[in-house]
Amino acid sequence: MAGKTLYDKLWEAHVVREEPDGSTLLYIDRHLVHEVTSPQAFEGLRLAGRKPWRGDSVLAVPDHNVPTADRDKGIADPVSRTQVETLESNVTSLGLKFFPMADVRQGIVHVIGPEQGATLPGMTVVCGDSHTSTHGALGALAFGIGTSEVEHVLATQCLWQKKTKAMQIRVEGELRPGVTAKDVVLAIIGRIGTAGGTGYAIEFAGSAIRSLSIEGRMSVCNMSIEAGARAGMVAVDEKTIEYVRNKPQAPTGEMFERAAEHWRTLVSDPDAEFDAVVEMDAAEIAPQVSWGTSPEMVAPIDGRVPDPAAESDPVRAEGMQRALEYMDLKANTPMTEIRPDKVFIGSCTNSRIEDLRAAAEVVKGRKKADNIKLAMVVPGSGLVKQQAEQEGLDRIFLDAGFEWREPGCSMCLAMNADRLEPGERCASTSNRNFEGRQGQGGRTHLVSPSLAAAAAVAGHFIEPSALKEA
Amino acid sequence: MQAFTVHKGIVAPLDRSNVDTDAIIPKQYLKSVKRTGFGPNAFDDWRYLDPGEPGMDGSQRRPNPDFVLNQAPFDQATILLARKNFGCGSSREHAVWALTDFGFRAVIAPSFADIFFSNSCKNGLLPVVLAEDEVQNLFEQVEANPGAQVEVNLEEMTVTAPDGTVFGFTLDEDRRHRLLNGLDDIALTLQFADDIRAFEERQRREWPWMAL
Ligand code: SF4
Repeated sequence: MAGKTLYDKLWEAHVVREEPDGSTLLYIDRHLVHEVTSPQAFEGLRLAGRKPWRGDSVLAVPDHNVPTADRDKGIADPVSRTQVETLESNVTSLGLKFFPMADVRQGIVHVIGPEQGATLPGMTVVCGDSHTSTHGALGALAFGIGTSEVEHVLATQCLWQKKTKAMQIRVEGELRPGVTAKDVVLAIIGRIGTAGGTGYAIEFAGSAIRSLSIEGRMSVCNMSIEAGARAGMVAVDEKTIEYVRNKPQAPTGEMFERAAEHWRTLVSDPDAEFDAVVEMDAAEIAPQVSWGTSPEMVAPIDGRVPDPAAESDPVRAEGMQRALEYMDLKANTPMTEIRPDKVFIGSCTNSRIEDLRAAAEVVKGRKKADNIKLAMVVPGSGLVKQQAEQEGLDRIFLDAGFEWREPGCSMCLAMNADRLEPGERCASTSNRNFEGRQGQGGRTHLVSPSLAAAAAVAGHFIEPSALKEA
Repeated sequence: MQAFTVHKGIVAPLDRSNVDTDAIIPKQYLKSVKRTGFGPNAFDDWRYLDPGEPGMDGSQRRPNPDFVLNQAPFDQATILLARKNFGCGSSREHAVWALTDFGFRAVIAPSFADIFFSNSCKNGLLPVVLAEDEVQNLFEQVEANPGAQVEVNLEEMTVTAPDGTVFGFTLDEDRRHRLLNGLDDIALTLQFADDIRAFEERQRREWPWMAL
């Protein structure tokens, strides 16, 4: 018999009940909640007269709608305010754990889960949010759910699921200097496409993935959904265990050692069989910039905007043409000639301390280019912000003419006041470049933090190593 | 949940692949704390020429005449036809609520994104997967004969095209059963409360750190 994949192990450890047709009642250990996808679930619960099954499994935080400036003035938009207030009243009336906007621990739900040790290796983690896959970087089974499922988990601590197929994406070899976790995942999506992982749980493996920090692995797992997969994960190693140690909600002392012993088993067996395997050579991955309106539309920084005329599949060619029109780009333009109007460094993909350090390293001693109307840095949580300020990163950004904001989703999806105006072009460290994602008519180029920082300094896309001496 | 057995209606052809949930319902409308009222803003960016904000009076807005749902008879459509990877992107169930609120009962496409598929089934919106050539065939028939009716039958798991051709589709038995009967998922699950408690006891014994 073949060995087990990491996905098999996580799945089997959470089966409450299995029906003959394979429908499985799966137990959920951690339920993260934010203000956008939860109000209808709490209302449903109330209308049915039900109570949360295990309230201590919940961690709730407002992140999508919160302002990133002038917080003391509250939320100006009354509709956003109502949503945040609704979350607060729902969770406080049920006694659920909650970090309000003024709490230093508040931040993007996928940044604060690992930061608090609320998400641990071996757990099943859900949230009404497709980027829940982020937590898979810790060796957890983490996936996004809809609002009906949020209500179901609140009421029963379980979900009906069918086991999906397992895919291994193996990136072997050494990454070139200047190539980051974000470039790896964008290159993967460019290779397999936005539906390449549909119907699979993806395990990211190989020496290049192992060489990434836990935060880097989070950036990779974060974008599993952009490859179509609900869940992405990385096997546990000593880095995982050291990352989790001393986190506020993690076990301590002897219990920690016992847990760690179990966590070390959370790897795919050497003889495990996957339903699909994708292999990539780390050395071939260049820093990536997206040029279109789907995350698979990426090009290397030293490449050019592709030409739809050279595409043989007519449906694809039409999609490319439509994207180029929306993005106001001409085929064959060198990526380095594209000039953004704004730069956004933030989002659950790239707003952790290492991301901010990487951006600050590029910005240090330099100034924002004149054509960049706004360069903003939005830390992923209040604690990330605090840490960055202790390291003086805020000064580096402010001295270069960047804005230094309060934590939240911000211009990743522009539900708060931070957004692109129609036609504006943005270098963004977020995960989606869909039409209108960062503001109606806005044009998004997905990049890593260091590339975003370099674009802010040069006024166009450029490899940081090619910048003039600071 | 509204049950789904058999439905016959007008098909709106939306000739795009990778229709994402940001397109189905743009984020400014996600600020609502209700489940209803999203229909007028389904596909807002494609449907209107002016930028939309919550609370705007729909009758004062400028519809985009080129968008299929603004054209008769497709404004009365109850079945949506699209290309592959429909519903990709964000997990927002609001996308499904927007489609049902508009009046859709079924979506036919060659493939769906996983979360959208699951959300649809929980709201009585039937996602029907047909082969690419069958979808192509339907596009041709609907474009040649706008307003022609298509029947989607979940009991038989068939789609009957305007020219009478019958295409078969599949849906797992569990979802089919719940949809056919419009069942409340939570009540069904709570029948297994003892299994859930037994699982929790075992977990607390073996891995006590999981529920700290
Ligand atoms: S940062 Fe963006 S992608 Fe992440 S949870 Fe917030 S809105 Fe979603």
